[in-house]
Amino acid sequence: MSQRAREKIDADQLDPNFKFEVAKERGGELIVRCFACGTCSASCPVRQVNDRFNPRRIIHMVLLGLKEQVLTDDFVWLCAGCFSCQERCPQGVKIGDLMTALRNIAVREGHIHPSFTAQIVLLGKAGRLMEIGDFENKKRGRLGLPPMRQDASEVCALLERSGILSPDERKNRDKEPK
Amino acid sequence: MKASEQKALSYALFLGCTVPVRGMNYEASARLVAERLRIRLVDIEAFSCCGFPVQSVKKYSALLLAARNLSLAEQKDLDICVLCSACGVSLSEANHAFRQNPDLLSQINSDLQAVGRHYSGKTKVKHFVRLLYEDVGLKRLKEYIHQPLSGLVVAPFYGCHYLKPAEVHDHFEDPENPTSLEELIEITGAQALYHANRLSCCGGGILGIDEATAQKIAKSTLDAAKAVGADALVLQCGTCDVMLELSQRKIGKIFEVEYNLPVVYYPQLLGLAMGIPQEELGFALNRVGSQEFLHRVNSLVAR
Repeated sequence: MSQRAREKIDADQLDPNFKFEVAKERGGELIVRCFACGTCSASCPVRQVNDRFNPRRIIHMVLLGLKEQVLTDDFVWLCAGCFSCQERCPQGVKIGDLMTALRNIAVREGHIHPSFTAQIVLLGKAGRLMEIGDFENKKRGRLGLPPMRQDASEVCALLERSGILSPDERKNRDKEPK
Repeated sequence: MKASEQKALSYALFLGCTVPVRGMNYEASARLVAERLRIRLVDIEAFSCCGFPVQSVKKYSALLLAARNLSLAEQKDLDICVLCSACGVSLSEANHAFRQNPDLLSQINSDLQAVGRHYSGKTKVKHFVRLLYEDVGLKRLKEYIHQPLSGLVVAPFYGCHYLKPAEVHDHFEDPENPTSLEELIEITGAQALYHANRLSCCGGGILGIDEATAQKIAKSTLDAAKAVGADALVLQCGTCDVMLELSQRKIGKIFEVEYNLPVVYYPQLLGLAMGIPQEELGFALNRVGSQEFLHRVNSLVAR
């Protein structure tokens, strides 16, 4: 942290409109209310064990306009989404929602975390993150649980419609041997 | 009055992704407890992922998947009961967003139309544990306790999304000072121990992003529960279980700590106190110290 605090910021590289871009995104609306008290960082379970993630620092970077760094550094993906900060923020900034908004912008700018690419393909294929086949249904049956059917057609259609799964990706996985 | 009571105790059971595959003990015990309490849980085959995993990629897509699930329950005139807290927050958040912004719901419906569905915004969403607390109530639950677990001491673990964000859960409980889980534990006869991590995050949210960080977060809770001498950790979310039970040995190995801390789902604990046979409650699927835990329960019940 102390080392990072000494990093120089090149004012020419700042994007003063970034905070407004974030404020336009669903979940990012209230960012400009932040007065940098640090309640978020003090409440953050990730911050406690990993100093690469610091919500106050990220918000400050957005307000300064460090767009490129915020969107390309993988720290935006480190928020665990626990909402501890959001409940405690004295300014009512919805910090959990804001982190989601930053990720959404990062994805649009081409910086998706690879773990999510795989998850979306799986959702398009199974409709769930965990596939349920004969093996799982047999195990469920032994506990007296009803079998579950796997039909991803509607999920797949909605993921495609909302633009996060491309038909090409779907075709590719259809070709994969079962 | 009678009809509304009937409706209040019928729910569509929303299982999500993790519970039906990795939390079959949770599902089985919840179904059995519900059956005894005459809560009708209806299975809807077409339910899918709640949408939670895609919100980081595109919030709108998550809302769309949530709305599809909500519409399926609405079609059957049922509210939704969730077992996984993340499913709960994802579906409730969609409802909250649609209430605040009717235009958003119209846009969602124009996309849902493509798969022949429509959501008008009626489906309510409740976590199974909250349902026990609010719809059944402690007073009525007590009547079902036939084998009080007096002498058992357990560490409650709320996880995040059962309570937070409070706004999307209608502020049903103060997220900084909740009591429902402790109260529900105490009616079983067991004692709920206070520990520093009862409201902590399990770390599961970033397991796929940074496993080492997620493990450190989970370790903190395992340490806290161990320090107060709990017979078990009691929780109510499939993701919390992945971190605190299914990853427990791995975390112990990394940090050279032997936890051997049994982890049970709340409906399993309640089921034991209700006198439901142990084998039916799915304890064979509890991975850490379930034998010892059941021995302890048996010795207390036999006294």
